[in-house]
Amino acid sequence: MARIVGVDLPKNKRGEVALTYIYGIGRSSSRRILDKAGISYDKKVSEWDDNELNAIRTILNEEYKVEGELRSMVQMNIKRLMDIGCYRGIRHRLGLPVRGQSTKNNARTRKGRKKTVANKKKATK
Amino acid sequence: MSRSLKKGPFIDYKLEKRVIEMNSTSKKSVIKTWSRSSMISPDFVGHTIAVHNGNKFIPVYITENMVGHKLGEFAPTRTFRGHAGNRKK
Repeated sequence: MARIVGVDLPKNKRGEVALTYIYGIGRSSSRRILDKAGISYDKKVSEWDDNELNAIRTILNEEYKVEGELRSMVQMNIKRLMDIGCYRGIRHRLGLPVRGQSTKNNARTRKGRKKTVANKKKATK
Repeated sequence: MSRSLKKGPFIDYKLEKRVIEMNSTSKKSVIKTWSRSSMISPDFVGHTIAVHNGNKFIPVYITENMVGHKLGEFAPTRTFRGHAGNRKK
């Protein structure tokens, strides 16, 4: 079991994919890390030895913001927008789409489950 | 996605001039402006700018966090009063 920055990596996946289980690491940064550490993309996590693990750990520590740190940074950015009272901050506060999407229909990801309105008048004619 | 860097930020010429003039004379007064698309530059910090929202001027006090945003972001143009029959709560 390989444990990196507080996340258990699945040991029977290819290294390239396994690293993406870390929040903040996608396929491309995963490849960049493995390149730098000199490990083949296809090598399974269970086949990594301690040296390789440590190499990955140091790269992550030095160059990447991952997991808790990244999450709190995202939260801080949103909080900043809300504090200065700009349009994007207001949309975050209201729980509505921030980037100008239409809200006449849909937008359910931001608005949550549908709230049915009783006796809502259907537009006549 | 956003404006080309080589162009530099857009700031309404007259607005910028007035802010710089106020900085050099260290005087403070509310500046009315229609230029919602002007970027807030570091010179603006500490001033109050009344930004037009199409109906009236919304006074905006500029803080350091706002640098890099546009003036219009701080003066909403739409009023949402809630949906019909949504009275209680």
